[in-house]
Amino acid sequence: MKRIVVLGCGTGGTLVANRLRQRFDRHAARITVVDQDDVHVYQPGLLFVPFGLALAEDIVRPRRRQLHAGIDVAISAIDRVDVDGNVVHLSNGESLDYDVLVVATGAVLVPEETEGLLGTGWLQNVFTFYNLEGAQALGDRLAQFEGGRLVVNVVDMPIKCPVAPLEFCFLADWYFRERGIRDQVDITYATPLDGAFTKPAASHALAGLLEEKGIELVTEFNAGEYDEAARTITSYDGRVVPFDVAVVIPLHGGAPYVGRSEHLGDELNFVPTDNRTLQSQVRPNIFVIGDAANVPASKAGSVTHFEGETVVDNIERFLDGADLDASYDGHANCFIETGFHKALLIDFNYDTEPLPGHFPGPLGVPLMKESRLNHLGKLMFQWFYWHVLLPGRDVPGLGSAMPHAGKKQGART
Amino acid sequence: MTTTSIAGHTVDVNDEGFFVDPNQWTEDMVPALARAEGIDDLSEQHWQVIRFMRSQYQEKGTGPTVRVLGKTSGVTVKELYTLFPKGPAKVAAKIAGIPKPRGCI
Ligand SMILES: Cc1cc2nc3c(=O)[nH]c(=O)nc-3n(C[C@H](O)[C@H](O)[C@H](O)COP(=O)(O)OP(=O)(O)OC[C@H]3O[C@@H](n4cnc5c(N)ncnc54)[C@H](O)[C@@H]3O)c2cc1C
Repeated sequence: MKRIVVLGCGTGGTLVANRLRQRFDRHAARITVVDQDDVHVYQPGLLFVPFGLALAEDIVRPRRRQLHAGIDVAISAIDRVDVDGNVVHLSNGESLDYDVLVVATGAVLVPEETEGLLGTGWLQNVFTFYNLEGAQALGDRLAQFEGGRLVVNVVDMPIKCPVAPLEFCFLADWYFRERGIRDQVDITYATPLDGAFTKPAASHALAGLLEEKGIELVTEFNAGEYDEAARTITSYDGRVVPFDVAVVIPLHGGAPYVGRSEHLGDELNFVPTDNRTLQSQVRPNIFVIGDAANVPASKAGSVTHFEGETVVDNIERFLDGADLDASYDGHANCFIETGFHKALLIDFNYDTEPLPGHFPGPLGVPLMKESRLNHLGKLMFQWFYWHVLLPGRDVPGLGSAMPHAGKKQGART
Repeated sequence: MTTTSIAGHTVDVNDEGFFVDPNQWTEDMVPALARAEGIDDLSEQHWQVIRFMRSQYQEKGTGPTVRVLGKTSGVTVKELYTLFPKGPAKVAAKIAGIPKPRGCI
């Protein structure tokens, strides 16, 4: 009997454990999942919490209940992995031996790496919506906000869901209009990128939307220091952005235990991983899914979902001694909420930029264009997440590879 | 892609001025490349960063981002901005003759 240990029971850990349980019968493999707590947050829902569009209880469920029968769960923090001994040491003193290890511990926020960020203003006039505590505190603050400068600042890449900060700007514009005080509020988006987004075609469309909504775009802004008493952010090249309320997306890193595990991580505690097979470059019996991997794909739930199939196939091949299948193409698919009950959809992979057209085929929803249908798609995603994505069900007509049908090749908007 | 002449050598660069083929780069091009970026006096620290960019590129196939550079090069992010005010990772990559660091996705 093979022992498969999955580290992390968030998006990737849950779906991979469920898919593995479907693939291997109980005599063939024992599957154990480890997480530090039993609270699964639907992270895309965090975007809606500050605007009162979702409550904490709407987006949180117990982790165990998302797992199929026949999967062991250990609730403990992970202390470190011994990649030569093939053993995981838990903080509760227990250890788990493995034949195959799946790293699915995601990314963590490291606000302490930015000077002054965790100062006196933290959760007073400086917030993040990237965790539940921050999203709720920000909601309370926005409800009292009567006017002034709202700055949304991405400190540096990589971050989870790189479109979420832009969506926050669009929703803030909608929110203050609904409250009738939009003319009292300046909204600024300060990003380290040289445009609104990382992918040129999408960047162009999104910059247009920012302008349309009167949101100021500050580019190539690498935040060096927060002065929360003076309420300013200063970039390394000396530019100063003042704020009354700052919404910051702090630096991200891999889980700290990765850094404590010799040879497992890179400088930022992400795990070096083959882009196509999702096998780690650390040891052949270690596979990686989701935000924990250093692959050049967005850190997104959709990416994690599309990776699942490749990871499970390759674990099976590895255990059979067969060659791995290099089939993950970097497919990402993001609904971008643009406010006023509309959203746009972008779909891309390692080699193909987001293209206009329709998804997943000519009769699907519009790509790169605002529509009400896409807004419904964004809302549907939560149902899809709990009922299809996490259980590891396959969706007819929607494979993991990026679809080409319905897209306007070579087109740019 | 365009062809240009740097310190007497013919090299290929892309629209943004990054080397297309890092093998065309030689150390004697560094002063001219730096001057084009507004850096007239190259300090020992400049050289340290430029050599570090090259070795990281050779090892990993991509140059490091500013944040990684700050963690691994022995020069802090603040100092990096003093050395390369227009953006350390990008400018140092250009001078080191390697492609634009692909850090952000
Ligand atoms: C505000 C926001 C909006 C987003 N919007 C979208 C969106 O619209 N669409 C989309 O596709 N994606 C979105 N995402 C991204 C998406 O949520 C993540 O990419 C996805 O959840 C990654 O899954 P994962 O399994 O890699 O990590 P996670 O789901 O974060 O799971 C990691 C798990 O590891 C556990 N863990 C970490 N360290 C330890 C340790 N030492 N010991 C024990 N357990 C540990 C954690 O407790 C956690 O449960 C958004 C994210 C945020 C923050």
